[in-house]
Amino acid sequence: MSLQEKEKSVNILVVDDEFSVRDSLTKWFKSDGYLAESAANATEALKKLQAGHWDIVFLDIKMPGVDGMELQQRIKNIDPDIVIIMLTGYASIDTAVKSLKEGAYDYLAKPVDPDYLSHLIEKIIQQRRLSRENILLKEKIQELNLTGQTIGKSPEMSKVFELMKSVAATDTPVLIKGESGTGKELIARTIHTRSSRRFFPFIHLNCATLSEELLESELYGHEKGALAEALYLRKGKLEMVDGGALFLDEPALLSIKAQTALQRAIETKQFSRVGSQEIIKVDFRLISATSKDLEILVKEGAFREDLYYQLNVFSIAVPPLRQRGSDIPLLANYFLSDMAKGMNKPITGFSAEALKFIEKYDWPGNVQELKNAMERAVVICQGPLISASELSIPVMLEIPLNELSLEAAEKAHILKVLERMRWDKEKTARALKIDEDTLQSKIEKYGLRK
Amino acid sequence: MRLYILPLRFSDKNLLNNLSFALENSFKIPVVISSNSFSLDGGMDPLRDQFNSTWILSQLLKSEAEESCKILGVTSVDLFVPVLTYVFGEAQLDGRAAVVSIYRLRDELYGLPKNPEKQKTRLEKEAVHELGHTFGLIHCQDPRCVMYTSTYAEEIDFKSREFCSNCSSLLEKKKEDLLNKERAPLKD
Repeated sequence: MSLQEKEKSVNILVVDDEFSVRDSLTKWFKSDGYLAESAANATEALKKLQAGHWDIVFLDIKMPGVDGMELQQRIKNIDPDIVIIMLTGYASIDTAVKSLKEGAYDYLAKPVDPDYLSHLIEKIIQQRRLSRENILLKEKIQELNLTGQTIGKSPEMSKVFELMKSVAATDTPVLIKGESGTGKELIARTIHTRSSRRFFPFIHLNCATLSEELLESELYGHEKGALAEALYLRKGKLEMVDGGALFLDEPALLSIKAQTALQRAIETKQFSRVGSQEIIKVDFRLISATSKDLEILVKEGAFREDLYYQLNVFSIAVPPLRQRGSDIPLLANYFLSDMAKGMNKPITGFSAEALKFIEKYDWPGNVQELKNAMERAVVICQGPLISASELSIPVMLEIPLNELSLEAAEKAHILKVLERMRWDKEKTARALKIDEDTLQSKIEKYGLRK
Repeated sequence: MRLYILPLRFSDKNLLNNLSFALENSFKIPVVISSNSFSLDGGMDPLRDQFNSTWILSQLLKSEAEESCKILGVTSVDLFVPVLTYVFGEAQLDGRAAVVSIYRLRDELYGLPKNPEKQKTRLEKEAVHELGHTFGLIHCQDPRCVMYTSTYAEEIDFKSREFCSNCSSLLEKKKEDLLNKERAPLKD
């Protein structure tokens, strides 16, 4: 590391009324390449602290006038991130404990062991670097979670954003309802990243994959040897989520037995690992997402009523994309620019015709389908604008309004299924419940092409 | 430009001659073992039973009037700077004077058998290191470079006697600047 790099990274201020201490410490740090300055008293130190940026301050406890303990508090008011190391010629446990309680990083009795001092500075620098990296990474994660994922200017989405905003800061369980592909998980993640639990885990419990056999081990974890395949101790999702948010994805897919186990764990927020008697208490927020109507399932006896009320304290209904038409071009443009950037392709937008198709299509697979379509288009697009032919959406087959015949409908339907099956004729024929020869003759009859 | 070595309560002539040779080899400047020694009594701290290395530096500066020279005090006494329990040596960063002590470089201080060869090598490395500071070099991150910081004796053994390529080029540049400065009055 060059002198310039070191100076940029760590600035050290030595505050001591003894010249020899100031002189020897600043020389020591300068020979290590740090930017080091000194101050003979609190007034001089405060001037320097306010004028520049300091990372570490060595502070003599006993100084005439404002002493080190008082100066420590003032420094913390100026910049709480400054690392303060107290220095004293008279080691006293009481003063040491007091200064550490006030937020000092360490306490050194003069004279200091040079080896200890070197390692102390290295440790502080390493911790500060890690802490800075941590903050940057958290900001980046937050940015990734919030940017673009929940885009929308339509009144329907504005309402969803309002609800998210009001519930995020609370600890209330949230139930997000919406069709597949409407971005329920992203909404759940956004709520979590805006809550005070954001620096704790967001644990995704995919109920569709949670079999009864795996349920206990998955939720509670197990001790080594508790099960035939339990070669190691394993923490369950409920233990891992402690402090954070548990995201229940499609709870309607759980069996009644699984619902019962989950309901108990949610209610008591305590459990034991399989093979252990030890009670583990956890604290988490519950966020669930469903594409099914849980109320109907409760009435039909397919979903536990008590679990339903535990999940559905505050509900957010996410509208399907077809009900928020004004958001479609907005989202399409967002995905286009994001993917073009990711694939390093100079694509700037859509042709007027392509945009018309995008707006007209009803997007049954919602945002996910739109995103996939945009990704495919960006992959195959050659020019600066995505053309209609580069979009793989069935709306490309424009049926003139006056063509309402059964034949026109059949032509449109066959093309739609062909597109869905990526022109796999065998699969298409199977889906249409006709044989392949019939399909081929209809393709020829209607002049259908990829 | 030349380098003066001042023995201060240091009587091992062989070690001094070896050191002189090693420094000439490292810095490629003439080395002279000076006889302008002085008493260390003024730098003694009776409470610590150690000698203040910063005081020794101030005395070294008075011992040689030649502005362009570097002066290295070599001693067998235990050195300290006020805020630290001990130092192997001290130097003026980008200055003229440096001091190095053999006291804590001896294995017998740590209950180990005497090892004169190791002691000689450690002294050479520490002397080169402290003199490196007088040429403006700071501690280097390369653990093989002689400018790598060492706070206990065994650590000195890990590094080499040589400057890494970066420190070496900085040293050469500094020497060139000093030589140009030395020649400057002749041009007027």
